[in-house]
Order: sequence, then C-alpha cells, then structure tokens
Amino acid sequence: MAMIDEPLYPIAILIDELKNEDIQLRLNSIRRLSTIARALGEERTRKELIPFLSENNDDDDEVLLAMAEELGVFIPYVGGVEYAHVLLPPLETLCTVEETCVRDKAVESLCRIGAQMKENDLVDWFVPLVKRLAAGEWFTARVSSCGLFHIAYSSAPDHLKTELRSIYGQLCQDDMPMVRRAAATNLGKFAATVEPSHLKTEIMSIFEDLTQDDQDSVRLLAVEGCAALGKLLEPQDCVTHILPVIVNFSQDKSWRVRYMVANQLYELCEAVGPEPTRADLVPAYVRLLRDNEAEVRIAAAGKVTKFCRILSPQLAIQHILPCVKELSSDSSQHVRSALASVIMGMAPVLGKDATIEQLLPIFLSLLKDEFPDVRLNIISKLDQVNQVIGIDLLSQSLLPAIVELAEDRHWRVRLAIIEYIPLLASQLGVGFFDDKLGALCMQWLEDKVFSIRDAAANNLKRLAEEFGPEWAMQHIIPQVLDKINNPHYLYRMTILHAISLLAPVMGADITCQKLLPVVIASSKDRVPNIKFNVAKVLQSLVPILDQSVVESTIRPCLVELSEDPDVDVRYFASQALQACDQVMMPS
Amino acid sequence: MNGKGPEDARDPAAPPALEWKFAQVFGERTAGEEVQEVDIISAIEFDKSGDHLATGDRGGRVVLFERTDVRAHGCRRDLERLDYPVSRHPEFRYQTEFQSHEPEFDYLKSLEIEEKINKIRWCQTANSALFLLSTNDKTIKFWKVQEKKVKRISEMNLDPSQAGGNDSSASSSTAGPRACLPNGGCSYNYMCNDFSFPPGGFPSLRLPVVAGQETSLVAKCRRIYAHAHDYHINSISNNSDGETFISADDLRINLWNLEISNQSFNIVDVKPANMEDLTEVITSAEFHPTHCNTLAYSSSKGSIRLLDLRQSALCDNHSQLFEEHEASSSRSFFTEIIASISDIKFGKDGRHILSRDYMTLKLWDINMDSRPVATFQVHEYLRPKLCDLYENDSIFDKFECCLSGDGLRVATGSYSNLFRVFGCVAGSTEAMTLEASKNPMRRQVQSPARTARSLSSLTRVVRRDQPVAGAESPGIDANGNSYDFTTKLLHLAWHPTENSIACAAANSLYMYYA
Repeated sequence: MAMIDEPLYPIAILIDELKNEDIQLRLNSIRRLSTIARALGEERTRKELIPFLSENNDDDDEVLLAMAEELGVFIPYVGGVEYAHVLLPPLETLCTVEETCVRDKAVESLCRIGAQMKENDLVDWFVPLVKRLAAGEWFTARVSSCGLFHIAYSSAPDHLKTELRSIYGQLCQDDMPMVRRAAATNLGKFAATVEPSHLKTEIMSIFEDLTQDDQDSVRLLAVEGCAALGKLLEPQDCVTHILPVIVNFSQDKSWRVRYMVANQLYELCEAVGPEPTRADLVPAYVRLLRDNEAEVRIAAAGKVTKFCRILSPQLAIQHILPCVKELSSDSSQHVRSALASVIMGMAPVLGKDATIEQLLPIFLSLLKDEFPDVRLNIISKLDQVNQVIGIDLLSQSLLPAIVELAEDRHWRVRLAIIEYIPLLASQLGVGFFDDKLGALCMQWLEDKVFSIRDAAANNLKRLAEEFGPEWAMQHIIPQVLDKINNPHYLYRMTILHAISLLAPVMGADITCQKLLPVVIASSKDRVPNIKFNVAKVLQSLVPILDQSVVESTIRPCLVELSEDPDVDVRYFASQALQACDQVMMPS
Repeated sequence: MNGKGPEDARDPAAPPALEWKFAQVFGERTAGEEVQEVDIISAIEFDKSGDHLATGDRGGRVVLFERTDVRAHGCRRDLERLDYPVSRHPEFRYQTEFQSHEPEFDYLKSLEIEEKINKIRWCQTANSALFLLSTNDKTIKFWKVQEKKVKRISEMNLDPSQAGGNDSSASSSTAGPRACLPNGGCSYNYMCNDFSFPPGGFPSLRLPVVAGQETSLVAKCRRIYAHAHDYHINSISNNSDGETFISADDLRINLWNLEISNQSFNIVDVKPANMEDLTEVITSAEFHPTHCNTLAYSSSKGSIRLLDLRQSALCDNHSQLFEEHEASSSRSFFTEIIASISDIKFGKDGRHILSRDYMTLKLWDINMDSRPVATFQVHEYLRPKLCDLYENDSIFDKFECCLSGDGLRVATGSYSNLFRVFGCVAGSTEAMTLEASKNPMRRQVQSPARTARSLSSLTRVVRRDQPVAGAESPGIDANGNSYDFTTKLLHLAWHPTENSIACAAANSLYMYYA
C-alpha cells in the first residue's frame, strides 16, 4: 500500500471510497469527483479517472445518476474544451442504462458538453456516438440518441446531415413505442436545427408518420410537436402542413389526444395567422370547449383567456363567450373550477361594456357555485376584475360569498379564504373591511382547528402591515387583547402567538404600553403551557423593546418563571433569560 | 364433449392432437412429504420471448427460471446443420429467487396483508436486465433482476487496517473535522478552501483497482406502487405501449405509469353508492396485446367487458359486452356462482379472448359478442356434486386458463392435479386430460365424444392400469374422472412460441412439451 502524505489523506480516502461497500460513501465520492480530478491532475484524470469511471458502470442507479450529472461539468478538469471528447465514452455508456432518469441526465450532460465542443471535434467524436446509440441493440440506447441529434446536426457536413436525417426517420418508425415517443418528443428541437428546405420535406413527412402512429402515447407527443414545428415554418407552410393535422387531432378518437390539443391550440394561432385562426382554429377550439369528455373541457376551459387574448374582441364575444356561459354551469365541478381560475383574465380582452353585460353574470354565478373551489378561484383573481369593473359593483355579491367560505365546514376551505383576506382588504379598502370583514378575522382566532387559529394570527399581522399601526391600534389590538381572558387555554395561547407576531409591526411604544402588560399578566396563568409560551413570547419581544424595559419588566418576570415547579416552564424561562443576557453583552 | 359440431364435419385443417411428454419438474415432492403452505405456487408467467419463466408462491417469493437449451448450445441452426440430435423442447434451469413481498399489517384497518404473490407480469427487457411486476393483495412491486459484478477491490491508497491506526494522528492534524462512520471508515470535510492543487496533481494518489469478474444475479425493487387499492388485487397487466400498466381489484381498475409510483388513475369503478346494491365484482382484467387503448375485464356474473380507453377518462361505459345467457329453465341456486369468470386471457392475435368459469372454458371472438365461438366443458361431471362443492368452498376455486402462442389450443386446470388441453380451431376435437406428474398421459381415458384420432394418439401411450396410490383414491367416477378437491391445479402457463406448458401442482412446477 502506498504511503500517503498527511494532507492528502482526505483525498486518498475520497478516492478509495469510490469503491466502498456503502452506497452513501460512493455517492459522496462521486459528488466530489471534481476534487478527485484536481488532485490527480488533468492528464491522469483523462488517462486514468475517466477510463476508470467508464469501466465501473454497473453501480447503483443513484450513483450513476450522480456520475452523469458530474461529468456534464467536467470539461475544466480534463484540460479544457479540446479534450472534451474524453468525457463522451462514460456518458455514452450511461445513455444505455435501464433507468430513465440516469439516461436523461446523461443525455443532458452530453448536450451540455457537445454545445461547447469545436465543430470538427463534434464531427469526429459526437456524431459517431449519436450514430452508435441510434443503432443500439437495446431500445434504451436508441431512446437516448433521439435527444442528441440537435447537437450533432448543425456542425455535420452535408453527407452526414443527410445520414442523420434518415436515421432520425428510422427512429420514428422503430418497433419499440418508447423509441418513437422519444423521437416525437425531440422532433421540435431537432427540426429547429434542420435547414428550411429539408424541414418542409423530410421532417414534415416524419412528422406526418408520427401523427398517424397507432400508439396513442406517440400521437400525444406529436401534438406537442405541432406547436414547435408551427413556429419554425412560414405561415403559409404552417397552414398547409400543420393546420390539417391539428384540426384532425382536435377530433381524434382518443380523449387524451384532444386533451393535448386543447392545451396547445392557442400556441398555433400565431403561427398560422389570423385568417386560418378564424376559419379553422376557432371552430376547433369551440368543439373542444363542448367536448363530451370532462377532462378535455377542463383543459380547454383553462386556456380560455390565453386563447381570447389572441383573438379580436368581436371573435371572442361571438364564438367563445357563449361557450364560456355554458361552461359556467357545466356538470363537472372541475370544469367550472378551471374556468373560474382564468375567467377574470378575459375582462381586459372584452372591454368594460362586454364585461359588465356578459361576463359579470357568469362571474356572479360562479361566485355562488356550490363547490368552494370554484368560489375560491374567483376570489383569488379579484384584483383582475377590480381593474375593469371596480369594486362597488362587486361588493354586494362578494360579501355573502366570502362570509359563506369563512364559515365553511371544511377547515381547508376556511384556511384558503384566510389566505386571501389581505388581498381582499387591499382591494376593498379600509372602510369596507371594517364594516364587513373585521368581525370574521376575530372569529377565526377562536376556531376549533389549530391551523385556522394559526393562520388567523398571521392574517392579523398582515392586515396590520397593510393598514398601518394606527389602524391596528383601533381595530385589532383591543379586540385581540380582550380574548386573553378566554376560559380555554388553547385560545389564550393563540392570543399570545398573535401578540408575538403583531409586536414587531406595532413598534416599541405600543408593544410596551399595550401588549407587554397582557403578556406579563399571563405569566400568572394556572396552565404551565401558557406560562412557558409567555417565556417564549417574552424572548421574542426582547429585541423589539427598549433595554430598560427588558431589565425592569421582562427579566423579573422571567426570573420568577425560572423558578416555576414545571420543568418546561423553567427550561423556556432560562432560554429567554439567556437571550436577555446576550442582548446586554454588546453594550 | 367439447361442444363442437358432429364428428364427421371435422375440418381437415385441424392440426393433429398433440402428444404431451414430461419435460421437467422443479420442487418435486417425495412420497409422504408434507407440503408447506408457504411453498405453494400461486402464480406462473412466461416472459414474451419464452426464455424466462417466473413463479410466485404463497410465501411471497418469486423464483426465476431461464431457458438453457437455446443458449447453452449456441446457435441452434448451426447444430441442426451439423446433424446433432437436438433436444426439441424448452429446458429450463433455476436462475434465482428473491423475497418479493413480506406479510404486513394494516393498522388503520386492522387487517393482515398476506405476502402471497397473486400475479406476476414481465416487463420489457433492457440491457439484459430483467424487469417484472409482482403483486400481492395490496401492493405492486417493480423488480429489476440484473447480473452484478462481484467486486474485489485491490490497490487502495490506504490500507484499511492502517487507516484505523491513522485515526488519532489525522484528527489532531490539519485534516479538519471528521466523523466516524458505522462501517469503520471515516469521512472528512474534504474541501479545505486553502488546500491548493498542484497543476500536475499528486502522483502518489491512485485509483482503486477492481479485480474479479465473477457475476451474480441481484434482484432489486425499483418501485413500489402502494395504497391504491381498497380491495384485493386480482390482476395486473402491462400495456403494449411499454409505459403503463393496470391493476384491478374487486371493484376498481387503476392505470399506472411504470415510472411513477405515487399516483395512479382510476379508470373503472363499479362500486355502487350503497354497498348493499353490490351485485357484481371484477374478477380479472387484461390489456389487449397490441391495441394500447383496449382493455378487457371479467366479472363475477360471467360477463366480459371490453373498454376503449380513448372514449373517456373514467370508463364507466364499456364499448362491448360479451355474455351468454343460460336458458332460464336450467337456472339453479348455483347458476350465478358457477358463471363467475375466474380468469381471462387475450390470444396473441388480439382477436380472441379465452375465459374460464367454474364449469367451462369459453373462447370469444371480439367481433361477436352474442355468444362464444367455442365452449369446452371442463367440469361438467361435477354438476351433480355442486352442493358438496359449495359446502367445502371448492366452488369458489379460481382456475386460470391459457392459450398457445399459435392460438390453436387452450388449456386450463382442474382437480386431482389434472389439466385439460383443447384444440380450438374449428373442427378440432382434440380434448386431452393430463396429470401433473411425470407421466402426464396416464389419465387419458376413453370417452364417448373422442375421435379416432385422439384415440390413436392414446394407443402410443403406455397405460398404467394398476390402482392409483392412496392420496388419489377419493372419488373416481365411472369415466375415470376424478375429483380430489384438495389437489387442484389452479395455475398454468403456455410457452409463448412453443407447445410447452408449465403448471403448478401445490409446491411443484411441472413442465410438459409436445
């Protein structure tokens, strides 16, 4: 065994642990591969470390994944870009393993390295690698090859380009659906590097084959290709090649294909231009909005705003709005919920008149929906409506909806509406808030569910931030402090929590005058849980308050608590006292 | 006997009856040996190539067998040219086994979860690693079985013994904080920022050298698909897209992506709002062999439903319904129980579905939903005994069925370790009863419906007419049909390309060829 100098000892261990029995140690070593490489030097990294890694490729997937990732940024350690090709063999092997995430990472790393390689190096090393993988015996290699063509293609000479295109065409007709899916997924990326002349001929014919694949899963991915290819083509080519395909897809037998179309359609509108959009895509989209399958309607409803933004207001009002009206009373709550989350965005597109005349009734009916999700989605986008129609028109219908959600029997619904209270408050203004919502906020402090009481305390803090300490002094503090006399200790604890949150917002004076006495008084509580929470709150108040106050009021109280019979109270009191001492120290 | 037309209408195209020979047995029982409950085989499955066979047992183990006759002799075609005698039937050898499932306890429902393997399905092979899905009542697992090099490391930087001795000096020196690891090694905070690397590196450091190229098979559980079934899983089936699979329990069918184990989609739900309205449960489900969007499932009422996954996300409506209504005159208390389908299998062509109910095997053409194209009586002789069978619960036994790779024959199990093979080409009258023993043909008996052809095949078999041994003595009727309800052959599988059958008799795996 070699003798190792002491400073090298940690690195020596790191290297030895590349082969340790314990996977955690191997992973650790692989994560430090760059350190090992630096210790070995560039030449030995190239000649020893990289071949070593290539050979030892039957490790656990976690280790292989880490290796694939590390090698992607390894160019500096092998001597720079001119030696980048030495990194290809280990990654090529990793491209063939069974685990998808390892292969994906290896492909990603290869792309990263390939993007930095010189043009002739790519031709010498990278293109042959792609060809080898594409001709791989197992489908795993062929799947990986699909993600590498776009790097290999652009620097290849013409004869190689022709070959690469034809190989890609073969991959799109591979026996294994996994390979065809990979080819379909990467078609857009590859097409972006192909010359326009070939794009229109070869790539389009590959694409057409994929769109007619008998595996639904392949056709699904071809739909995604539509938008990507559409953006590469001239509008007139897009109309002749892509438009018929997408219109066909929008009437595909498989709901999953139609679902994909519904998600993608708006992206194609710009590629084909306004006239084909009006003539073909709008009718297709309307069909999808009225699809038999709820999942398809959900996808289509979710894109209604994005689609309308592309159209002229007249087209939107004439064709899309009637569908939106139908969807607002759809039998599936999920469709209504998807619609509710985007419908507010239509207001700016339609303009004020159409919004008030047509959109507002839909909006109000969704606000009264029997499912809380739908109502919540509307309320979450309140700021968008406010901009168009103003709050006055809304407040009448808004309030009952909020009150109902605030008292919903599912605590998660109550929690969701609490989250929106600060947004509502900022939109509705102080006046409206005081009248209607103030009482609700207080009511939540005494909710049966802890998460709600917790959120309520947080909400008070955010409101105090929104409206300022003066307002809070009038509208929050007295009500909160009143509740400290609640007979149930859990509610008293909530108040203590609220105080600790409010104190930083309210500032030293108010804290000292109003909040602190309440906390100090609570230190005499009969429940130990309250007492040690008092200690915690006092600790949190120390940085806010003046030092004299800390010494005169807080410390005596804590000293008393530190002699409490309860062990937890003593513990937290001593913690807080330590904090007091630390504040004292610097001065 | 097998419900076909009159004998003289026999189609000359019908292939000759096969003569089955014993090939192999694994885990054969010696006389008087008691079978351990955990050793009883509960699932059998060939992979797509037929080069591998997996069995699962009640003890939660999966055992893999690999074919030896092709690989061991290199290329078979070369051998044939050289005119060597070639063993013509597939021969398997034990490859490996692993514990797939362990007994569990569901504390929320106070339910014991058995480790018994209900089904095994092979997935796409990649890089010579084998992949398979195995399931018990609740949890599906995805296994990867792969050869791993047994590593022996030589040439380390540090002698392991020396490393221990260095501990004290290292920790007191510049190396920085260190932590002892449970395996006795130690790890450091490697990157001291002020540590400088010379441009040429440190020549004294070297990489470990790995010696020894021995390999061993290692099974590793890659994914666990759990918590998606409230009832017992009865089937799992891979989709032809290589990406998804389904799992079916009594009331629901879920669709999974092989790569994603934390969510699945419910595609069939037959649970009624009120469980008192429950009249029918799902008994078996299988994907179409080539159409990725077609799925068939069978029910306890004897119907098979074909689903088109393209139609909607939740497939409450079937696209086709296959059922045969029995004449109301022959209805009895048992009618519904014996109509329950215990297993369905698609033929390789994807056009036919084979179903097994308690009394019969039925072959359906998916283009004809009014009635099966063929019905084969398997247990007709038990009809007078249904009352006894009900009382000892045998009537609920779930027999599996299988089709040959060429689609010409079908097979299913029976009692007394018997299984039956039928020719299903129009006009075929082939109907064999075989015994899972080293002498499968000894139970071949003359029956009125059999044809001269199958008789002639019989004559070549040496009949053993001596009285059968003790365990098999209960009830052999006049036709030699026997019913020893304790030895039932529930699980069997047909090799995908050759006429070879693997079947389970308790803890023994018998293989036959023709």
